[in-house]
Amino acid sequence: MTTKTPKLNRRSFLVGTAAVGSGLVLGLKIPFGTSVVRAQDGSPEINAWVVIRPDDTVVIRVARSEMGQGTLTGLAQLVTEELECDWSKVTTEYPTPGQSVARKRVWGDFSTGGSRGIRNSHEYVRKGGAAARIMLVQAAANGWGVPASECSAANSVITHKPTGRTTTYGKVAEAAAKLPAPAAAEVSLKDPTEWKIIGKPVKRLDTLGKVTGAQVYGADLKLPGMLNASIKECPVFGGKVKSFEADKVKGMPGVKHVVQVRDTAVAVVAETWWQAKTALDALPIVWDEGPNAQVSSATIAETLKAGLDAEQAFVRNQNGDVKTAIAGAAKKVEAVYAYPFQNHAPMEPMNATAKYTPERCEVWVPTQNGEAAFAATTAASGLPADKCEVYKINLGGGFGRRGAFHDYVTQAVLIAKQIPGTPVKLLWTREEDMVQGRYHPVMQSKLVGALDDKGNLTGLHMRLSGQSILTAVFPQNLQDGRDNLTFQGLDPSGDFAFGYSVPHLLIDHAMRNTHVPPGFWRGVNINQNAIFLECFMEELAQAAGKDPLEFRRALMSKHPKHLAVLNAVADRAGWGKPAPQGVSRGLAQMMAFGSYVAACAEVSVTGGDKIKVRRIVCATDPGYAVNPAQIERQIAGSFVYGLSGLFMEECTVKDGRIEQTNFHTYDSMRIAQMPKVESIIMPSGGFWGGVGEPTICVAAPAVLNAYFAATGKRIRTFPLKNHGITMV
Amino acid sequence: MARLTINGKTSEVNVDPSTPLLWAIREQVGLTGTKYGCGMALCGACTVHVDGKATRSCVMPVSAAVGKKITTIEGLATNGTLHKVQKAWVDNEVPQCGYCQAGMIMAVAALLKDKPKPTDADIDKSITNICRCGTFQQVREAIHAAAKA
Ligand code: FES
Ligand code: FES
Repeated sequence: MTTKTPKLNRRSFLVGTAAVGSGLVLGLKIPFGTSVVRAQDGSPEINAWVVIRPDDTVVIRVARSEMGQGTLTGLAQLVTEELECDWSKVTTEYPTPGQSVARKRVWGDFSTGGSRGIRNSHEYVRKGGAAARIMLVQAAANGWGVPASECSAANSVITHKPTGRTTTYGKVAEAAAKLPAPAAAEVSLKDPTEWKIIGKPVKRLDTLGKVTGAQVYGADLKLPGMLNASIKECPVFGGKVKSFEADKVKGMPGVKHVVQVRDTAVAVVAETWWQAKTALDALPIVWDEGPNAQVSSATIAETLKAGLDAEQAFVRNQNGDVKTAIAGAAKKVEAVYAYPFQNHAPMEPMNATAKYTPERCEVWVPTQNGEAAFAATTAASGLPADKCEVYKINLGGGFGRRGAFHDYVTQAVLIAKQIPGTPVKLLWTREEDMVQGRYHPVMQSKLVGALDDKGNLTGLHMRLSGQSILTAVFPQNLQDGRDNLTFQGLDPSGDFAFGYSVPHLLIDHAMRNTHVPPGFWRGVNINQNAIFLECFMEELAQAAGKDPLEFRRALMSKHPKHLAVLNAVADRAGWGKPAPQGVSRGLAQMMAFGSYVAACAEVSVTGGDKIKVRRIVCATDPGYAVNPAQIERQIAGSFVYGLSGLFMEECTVKDGRIEQTNFHTYDSMRIAQMPKVESIIMPSGGFWGGVGEPTICVAAPAVLNAYFAATGKRIRTFPLKNHGITMV
Repeated sequence: MARLTINGKTSEVNVDPSTPLLWAIREQVGLTGTKYGCGMALCGACTVHVDGKATRSCVMPVSAAVGKKITTIEGLATNGTLHKVQKAWVDNEVPQCGYCQAGMIMAVAALLKDKPKPTDADIDKSITNICRCGTFQQVREAIHAAAKA
């Protein structure tokens, strides 16, 4: 079979338009005096979410960012469900943050992180679709001179039931756009049992351009007259530029400018990026490394270790009297775990393109949060919001690096500001990306469990000691100094609820911050919390002489949804039945980002240190599963990210800087190491959980527990490469 | 000045001969489907075919590519018809972010030319590209599907 390559994928056309013109990408024309808002091609906007072209094409506006996780398709499914339009005619586009400001944030939050693309916007985007449908049906009814109640809509076709007359969305769009929006009370949503496209594994809307090379990423942008920049920040966080010898490289091929960026970075701007990078490599720079130049991984680990037994700690989850329970235990079990700094390392290195004039500043950037990129643009340019615009480009991976942080946007604008009128594309080297990350925070944990004489868990103290992301990034979100995010998966209730009932429980955090900037790394704090908790659960089960599944089950009767996913993986994997020769199993469960997740891993170990992860059965209950095919892919992908982290990834600190500079020292899984992933998607309804992140956290503890079952060895510091253990 | 033959077209590129082929393709010829991921032959994002062989173009100087037949992702489809690997990628919905996929597809296309029916072991040995989104399960399925096509 063959498939014709369409001339141009629509989305790459839109981006291409952005690439050649420096005007508005979508160019909404907001009129004065009439009520119709038009897209750039003149098609009427029914409301902010929906534009309908005369040929019946439905353009759905999506404010969240697509970085591979499929949110663009999922959100379009939600709008389509209520709009009752023909899915084969749906395309999507990004509104810009500047338009959002001008239209009082009509599209809501742009932020795409914390697995919230769908779970935090499902309601208003569906209402956007429903409101547009009501207007389209009303317009048709008006045209026929009949009551709207006699008309129905399906597949972009409106039918007048008594007479059988039909018309299409494309034909009535103009008239519909002139109608007033329905009152909020009139816009009701379908019952989930009536869904036709939500819950279906429809194909993604954005695949073709990714297999032909046509999709334009930020790194690929070309603007007329554009120059290219390569940059180096002081490798010691908190350090500054002391001096640099621009004259040494100014004569090199293509070099146009050598500029300082704030007091912390130096950039070379050249005709091509390769010329800029080559000159920057040759540029002598002297750094004032500042007060952190003595910090190392060892000194950081000492600081965290001191927190394990510190008197003062932020308490998040507590019941009973854990001290007394531990003091009176028939058996006390204790363990200390540690989790390293890790880098996001998305395949596409950080980049942003900026054009500055005193009248206007424009930025093109792959970002998880268009509004945050916009804020960085206004701040760095010093221009008011109505003189700035940001155009979002699809991302070559994000994983949290491109959400809260727009350091590369700030840099690009500050470089462009020194060359007014000339667009400048700033692209980081992989090396810069590795040493200027916003790293997964370091954390240690001391766990102490109390067992009674029957082997029941009566008390558990879980002390976390380490870095707080919120303190560094969003201090306004701390609660009396406490960083609740540190406790993801360990909360008393909510989206990150702890899944066990322990009579005497204390979970607390001794905050120990470092000079290494922390960030949100896919899954964020559930990665280490799941390892700490779920490995320790098995240590307790072992000490109690109980089966790890039975030991957990005894603590989970009040947590039926946690238990349901755990039971599902145990059943599917055949827990309790003999495994194939040479295969050992391990379990883990957690709740995160509103979804319940569990995994059972099967591993074979050879020579004590070569682990083959053969199979992982994973279950997730995200409440509603908008697109099961994409959820399966997110599960498998999250395991690649999580297991790469477990086995291979650590950023170590020496002389105040990160030592790893590229994939040779910061490795990532390859296809040969990929386990077979079996997904059980079991939405129980009534809530909206996340998809992109939750499952990541169960892969590592399930594998560690299986490794223990195989070898009797309990590993408590990571990554596994530090123990000579490799993934085969 | 070097003369490169890319996707059947000859271009004169005016670069220092030590410039990696990747950057000549991206910045001089203007074909941006071939990606930069590491610059050290570690990730495979920059994979192109040089005389039919999968080659990491980030470490091959332009001088070494002169006179060779170079194919990039943009040249894989013929007359508007997707290559069977691209077709299998679409059918199996392999890409997530897609950034690594041009290199992945070029590596797989070269593998299938050598071994039209690769075993899992063949795949494990010859496909060593990094995909941070973690599409490997779909990549493997799609390779087998392409081999059957
Ligand atoms: S960019 Fe060439 S192998 Fe990574
Ligand atoms: S699809 Fe994103 S890196 Fe492979």
